[in-house]
Amino acid sequence: MPNAEHPHKWGMVIDLDKCTGCQACVVACQAENNIPINTKDYFLQRRAYEWIRIERYWEGEYPNIKARFMPVLCQHCENAPCEPVCPVYATYHNEEGLNVQVYNRCVGTRYCINNCPYQVRMFNYWHPNWPARLENQLNPDVTVRTRGITEKCTFCVQRIRRGEIEVEARGGQRLNDERIAGGNYDPACVQACPTNALMFGDLEDQGTAIKPYFDDVNAHPGHGEHDRETRGYRLLEEMNTRPSVIYLKKIDQYPLKGGH
Amino acid sequence: MQEGKVLPAAQVNRDLLRSILETPRWFWPVVSLLGMVVLAAAVTIGIMVDRGLGITGLNYKVVWGFFITNFVFWIGISHAGVMLSAILRLAKAEWRRPATRAAEVLTIFSLMTAMIMPIIHTGRPWRILYWAFPYDFARGVWPNIRTPLVWDPSAILTYLTSSTLFVIIALVPDFAVLRDRTTGWPKIVYTMLAMGWEGNPRQWKLQIIAGVLLSALILPVFVSVHSIVSWDFGMAVAIKSWHSTVFAPYFVVGAVHSGVSAVVFAMILLRWAYGWQDYIRHEHIDALGRLLIVVATGWFYFLVMEIIFGIYGLEGDELAVRALQFLPGDHGVAYNVWMIIFVGITYFLPVILWLPKAWRRNLWIMSAACISVNVGMWLERYLLFVPGQANKQFQTFTWNDYLPQWPEALIVGATFAFVSMLMLLFSRVFPLVPLYDIKEGDILKTEMQVGRRTVPATFRED
Repeated sequence: MPNAEHPHKWGMVIDLDKCTGCQACVVACQAENNIPINTKDYFLQRRAYEWIRIERYWEGEYPNIKARFMPVLCQHCENAPCEPVCPVYATYHNEEGLNVQVYNRCVGTRYCINNCPYQVRMFNYWHPNWPARLENQLNPDVTVRTRGITEKCTFCVQRIRRGEIEVEARGGQRLNDERIAGGNYDPACVQACPTNALMFGDLEDQGTAIKPYFDDVNAHPGHGEHDRETRGYRLLEEMNTRPSVIYLKKIDQYPLKGGH
Repeated sequence: MQEGKVLPAAQVNRDLLRSILETPRWFWPVVSLLGMVVLAAAVTIGIMVDRGLGITGLNYKVVWGFFITNFVFWIGISHAGVMLSAILRLAKAEWRRPATRAAEVLTIFSLMTAMIMPIIHTGRPWRILYWAFPYDFARGVWPNIRTPLVWDPSAILTYLTSSTLFVIIALVPDFAVLRDRTTGWPKIVYTMLAMGWEGNPRQWKLQIIAGVLLSALILPVFVSVHSIVSWDFGMAVAIKSWHSTVFAPYFVVGAVHSGVSAVVFAMILLRWAYGWQDYIRHEHIDALGRLLIVVATGWFYFLVMEIIFGIYGLEGDELAVRALQFLPGDHGVAYNVWMIIFVGITYFLPVILWLPKAWRRNLWIMSAACISVNVGMWLERYLLFVPGQANKQFQTFTWNDYLPQWPEALIVGATFAFVSMLMLLFSRVFPLVPLYDIKEGDILKTEMQVGRRTVPATFRED
């Protein structure tokens, strides 16, 4: 039975054991969300941005070395540090558990960027430009952000809305007790992931595959994390931001010699 | 008892009003030079608004750079006014008299300059109306009162209003003197500004009451303004070197340190420019130097405490930021070298220069010490704000660095020209050393013989 006040609570599980660091999610996100092309200039100015990035860490010393990958996107924290510091309420929590960004309201103080422990909020230093042909592939469902504002991952809220609209069209009335089925609303990164390392779902939906991980992590928060049955953990758990994204530890079958 | 001779009131008027009634030959060339720098910065701000913040050196990681550093620096300078006029007035320190107005005026101008900084640093400065002033009541878009960025404008505007009132109240008797000594349209303006001042006992009483009352009321503002500015940083949970409870007192003491130093330097400059040797005397500079030793030592204590509090918890990511600040490494900017320079020129060098009495009375040495403090305090803010952002948390993948570009350097430099220009223009229109205050001090200084003893001829009742 859906919760009347909070019909959805969106969440994601990222299985680091499956992630190969292929960057498909990054490209899919770039295309879906009208993110400007990161040119060489942007990289040299250190202003290249992605809403989801693959962090790459090296473990060990050459030649006994391994690359570790970690996709990092907006964690949609339940206790988000970016929200209280925005003077214009450009970022707030909606009733579906999403940390949303209102581009129209944003004035670009960049306090939220400084207050985000995950460094996933991005500032538009330049007006976004695309080569003429690429302008034809801009997603009409997503705003093209102007310069001078902060933007970030939305969990592809436009896809969630489209899923709702489709369910409503089928039922002929406003969405109330019928849940939109999984797969109708997957964000671009989840859809693009070739190894299914990313899983997305509605935590108010009892049948969703991600729910057991959340239940486990929520049951053993903070210091009790060693009692967890799954490999789940949250990023920077000690900051108590309560992210809606759970990471699953990598289990290394062939660990580095002398590594940990 | 005070040194220096008691001057006749007519000579006080003549000397201190000379800057207004006659134009020095150097005045317009200097003002136009400063004006050109300000104009160049205004054009740069225009380019920045037109093309975007991309022309600065800020990047996706370090999002608050030179502008915010400069903002905090000028807010710090503005603390000199209240320190000198309100606190020392309530403490009845006689030597404050010639410094008060210069300090208060510096307060107003530095606050105005400081307010420009966060506005031009936003991505869409024309939207400032949504959250700073005036609020968008009509459409129900209320500002988020949980953020220090909304506390900031309210604190700063309160401070600006009260400092302006303070200056105007102190200026009224001097406006009346000017009204009586000018002709033509300046006379009309000064007549309006003097608001019918006749110098009768009732008016003096009201003026003194207003001054004392405002001094007392302004004190909480004095403490709160820089505390609130410090919470911009202290409230940021994600940046380890900022997230500290000691920031409020640390910033307030640091502000007094740089502010009083700036006033001393401004006074030395004015004394030299307008020939006010009889009013800004060595004894005043000496007394301010002694005050500065105390303030500097207080500030140094908080500096050390801030670092100790930071490393006390032994959190890995905090230690990483501290290592970036204090230890040599292979990162781009050698923050540790700057750190040594900053502590040296903000504390050790000036305090050594202030310790001997003869050096405190040497204007060259005093100027050097005060400039050194202010360069150091600017560096302090930079070294406090930037490394923390460059090196934000455990996830080392996003660590980055920051190199300011020419627009930022030009605008920051021009703020100094802007404040100097405003101070010079002010000194041409209003007396920058309070006439009545000097005279009051002189009257209090007068002594008379009663039998064999010398006693003060008057004393104040307040």
